[in-house]
Amino acid sequence: MDKVYSDAHSALAGLVKDGMTIMAGGFGLCGIPEALIEAIRDSGAKNLTFISNNAGVDGAGLGRLLETRQIRKMISSYVGENKLFAQQYLSGELELEFNPQGTLAERIRAGGAGIPAFYTKTGVGTLIAEGKEVREFNGEKYVMETGLFADISVVHAFKGDTEGNLVYRKTARNFNPMMATASRMTIAEVEHLVPAGEIDPDCIHTPGIFVKRLVHVTNPVKRIEQRTTRKREETV
Amino acid sequence: MAWTREQMAARAAKELRDGFYVNLGIGIPTLVSNYIPKGMRVQLQSENGMLGMGPFPYEGEEDPDLINAGKQTITELPTTSYFSSADSFGMIRGGHIDLSILGAMQVAENGDLANWMIPGKMVKGMGGAMDLVAGVKRVVVVMEHVAKAKDGSEEPKLLKSCSLPLTGAGVVDLVITDLGVFSLDKKGGTGMTLIELADGVTVDEIKAKTEAEFKVDLTAKQNAA
Repeated sequence: MDKVYSDAHSALAGLVKDGMTIMAGGFGLCGIPEALIEAIRDSGAKNLTFISNNAGVDGAGLGRLLETRQIRKMISSYVGENKLFAQQYLSGELELEFNPQGTLAERIRAGGAGIPAFYTKTGVGTLIAEGKEVREFNGEKYVMETGLFADISVVHAFKGDTEGNLVYRKTARNFNPMMATASRMTIAEVEHLVPAGEIDPDCIHTPGIFVKRLVHVTNPVKRIEQRTTRKREETV
Repeated sequence: MAWTREQMAARAAKELRDGFYVNLGIGIPTLVSNYIPKGMRVQLQSENGMLGMGPFPYEGEEDPDLINAGKQTITELPTTSYFSSADSFGMIRGGHIDLSILGAMQVAENGDLANWMIPGKMVKGMGGAMDLVAGVKRVVVVMEHVAKAKDGSEEPKLLKSCSLPLTGAGVVDLVITDLGVFSLDKKGGTGMTLIELADGVTVDEIKAKTEAEFKVDLTAKQNAA
């Protein structure tokens, strides 16, 4: 079965339905599957729940799906960067579930690995633990968190082969590898598509079993949120 | 004279030890990287998935795939490794990071920390702060001693108990403010101790600006490494 689709729209054709839960990789605008997000927007599906560390910015990433009011709920750790998000949240259109970033990452990892719940010390004694089971192990308190699993995951990788094996680049890896494992329909956009066998098997980050569909996105737009530099003269 | 932001960062850098793996928060904590003593090997962790964080890139060499947890462009070093968010927080939660230096809105004398939400205001989220304070071996807070309102009034930030929702309960080991340094006994329950004064600051001035109860021991050799 060929996993490679010609573009993001055909890779998603017929998959996205109203009310679905979708995971989208990325940290800020780094390593986000922008082409696949655009295709989700064009699908017109509504009342979507997104599991993503952030909610993009105005005009980029998941911010584009806020413009079209397709998102009903976000499960995130930090959402500060867009005005539209604040507007929709304060007006009650948008539901928000905050997870500590590490808890979010682990919930996704657990979901993909068939682990329904786990205990963590993150958030013990805070709002996050309210209504959740707290249990003591070796004299310390831990709160129970559940695994997350989605209808669809969309991820961004630097390189992929026709088998669906993926390699990420630098800090664009972030949430992408766990999200690739935590749905039955993971679609990856890759900057470089190569024949199976070309990537050193020892260097594969996500094995192809987790990736159902693959699309080659040449020259993806990559935005920088905080451009910080130093002057040439400075010695470090 | 109270300490400046730079002086607070320089004081925080004294908490570093050779071989430490350290996570620095946004704001004054970020400045601490400018004060790592020459010859000391310290690896900076960025919770979005990097160990061995380098300085900002030269103009024109910014890489959108290489950012820190504050979403700023950075560079890599010969010691750098990259990993997923799950591995990153495994390092943090698993107690493999030696030191976390971060800002705060409030700290209580029992080590409670509040730095992520003000009820009634738009809440941006806790990001990785809850995981860091729960998991990192030693937690150092760097903050202004009091909160200054627009009308010039001042509210203490070192409290008997935090009024804001907590980021972590009983997690803070040391607080560095512009007026002095406090050690906290987050497990033993012996409370908070003022151990250093900023130049020209008196104990009475600190008492006037602090709600929390604290002992004074300016001879204490804190944090003997």
